[in-house]
Amino acid sequence: MSLLELKQFAVSYGGIKAVKGVDLQIERGELVCLIGANGAGKSTLLKALCGLLPVAHGSVLYDGKAITHQPAHLIARCGLALVPEGRGIFGRMSVGENLDMGGYSRTDRAGIKNDLERVFALFPRLAERCKQQAGTLSGGEQQMLAMGRALMSQPRLLLLDEPSMGLAPLMVEKIFTTIRAIAQEGVTILLVEQNAKRALEISQRGYVMESGTIALTDAAEKLLTNAQVRHAYLGE
Amino acid sequence: MVAFTLHWSRFKHDHRAAWMAFIALGIVLAALPFLVDAGLGRAWVRVLNFTLLYVMLALGLNIVVGFAGLLDLGYIAFYAVGAYVYALLSSPHFGLHLPFWVTLPLGALVAAFFGVLLGAPTLRLRGDYLAIVTLGFGEIIRIFLNNLNAPVNITNGPQGVNLIDPLRFGEFSLNQTQTLLGMTFTGGTLLYYVFLAFTLLIIFVCMRLQDSRIGRAWIAIREDEVAASAMGINTRNIKLLAFAMGASFAGLSGGLFAGFQGFVSPESFNLLESIMILCMIVLGGMGNLPGVILGAVLLTVLPEALRYIGELERVLFGRVVVEPSDLRMLIFGLALVAMMIVRPEGLLPSKQRAREFKADDGVLDQERASVYDK
Repeated sequence: MSLLELKQFAVSYGGIKAVKGVDLQIERGELVCLIGANGAGKSTLLKALCGLLPVAHGSVLYDGKAITHQPAHLIARCGLALVPEGRGIFGRMSVGENLDMGGYSRTDRAGIKNDLERVFALFPRLAERCKQQAGTLSGGEQQMLAMGRALMSQPRLLLLDEPSMGLAPLMVEKIFTTIRAIAQEGVTILLVEQNAKRALEISQRGYVMESGTIALTDAAEKLLTNAQVRHAYLGE
Repeated sequence: MVAFTLHWSRFKHDHRAAWMAFIALGIVLAALPFLVDAGLGRAWVRVLNFTLLYVMLALGLNIVVGFAGLLDLGYIAFYAVGAYVYALLSSPHFGLHLPFWVTLPLGALVAAFFGVLLGAPTLRLRGDYLAIVTLGFGEIIRIFLNNLNAPVNITNGPQGVNLIDPLRFGEFSLNQTQTLLGMTFTGGTLLYYVFLAFTLLIIFVCMRLQDSRIGRAWIAIREDEVAASAMGINTRNIKLLAFAMGASFAGLSGGLFAGFQGFVSPESFNLLESIMILCMIVLGGMGNLPGVILGAVLLTVLPEALRYIGELERVLFGRVVVEPSDLRMLIFGLALVAMMIVRPEGLLPSKQRAREFKADDGVLDQERASVYDK
């Protein structure tokens, strides 16, 4: 049984069909990326999957259970952690308070403390800036914080929405390295990216989305050598 | 201000100093109505009582605006609901004379219900859109109170409800001068202690809420609603709770107002009042309880104090040049404008807001640059 399965998944956004019947599966422990041009419907798919937008048609099976029309907070509580587009950190809270909020739905204090150590090990920069106000962090640090905060909820599936957006090239490298490190710890990840090349390089499988449908899906290294993908997304 | 913050941090480390300050504050609060009565006259005891009512209102609005970040411009409507619940159930209007321990909690409850009624359809709105809807809601309540005298007379329309029962235990009325343990208390003084007790209760509730899971959820929603729901926060219920909680404080305050005045009419609950309460929390320091209290005290006392401007003119110019009533609100307005230019974060802002307004751009740029040297 897959960890996540979308069947004929469709989302309408203000009267426009943004996602038109997508089938997608993610197995446990996989790092899967969803690439595509701006406006292809990647982020809409992710938001609807998390319950932040209404699902027009189709179903979402998570761990074999249908979560299709559940409200966002209940979906979050069953182990799907979204790192939203634009990071969505709590600007006027400190870095530490942001990480605390990640464990909002948990009650196991020892586990939370453990995960905090783990996040600090992944992102030493966050440990240094624990008391600092989150809104004053750089874009890259905010992205690290958003990812760290999502990890604090002990997710079984981490959903990353455009983590490299608006970051300096060096920081982009750092973020992708970290995503790979998180995947190697055994967290299943769905990575939505416009930076197709870097996303495919760290992923095992990839889906290519084009105007609301899945145009192509294959192992990541095959997509990297696919002429069509190279032409359309890798600029070659 | 620096001196104040220094003292504050000292109290945190020195428990004895904190207790001493606490006891001193208690004595001052207990003696205040007598001091005010003796020093400034009986009218000022009334001002003191209104100050406490406004502190309660400001603390309630602070939950909605300061904590949850939902801009509410119709907040006075909940004060009106509380006042009318008390007025209609304890006056000759319907011939009902329910005791205050029924009408006050009931007023708070009904106001909370109206809070949910306002919150439910506006869950998706934020910022200016929400402000417009809440402003409309406030006016709707006022206009309803003004017009619900026909075909069935419920609110008695623009004439308002008169001869409202004071707060009383059996025959012991808190609105009259009473002698207790050989001491004479005027009606205003007795009510002061009741209002003070409720105010302290509300302050206590607010302090506990601030550090609770609910308080953190409110702040998370204020900062980023999508991220908040991704943390597993039920944003709908938590927002409705903010509306209900804020409204219930206003409802309680409104009930006390009705019992204190003995008379309520729709014109006491106009838009200017809502804006005034919003000014209190913005001026004092949104989201920070001491700031909100200070803002409420200043904005209630200042317009009253400015009535004395006629005396000042007489001393300075030998006669009254401009009528105090003309000048009063002008000076008050100027004071507000000046305040927002000089200290936009409020008089006693929360740590976070202070940092935000004071953040040195040079330091920030340095921090940003340092990201890339690793």
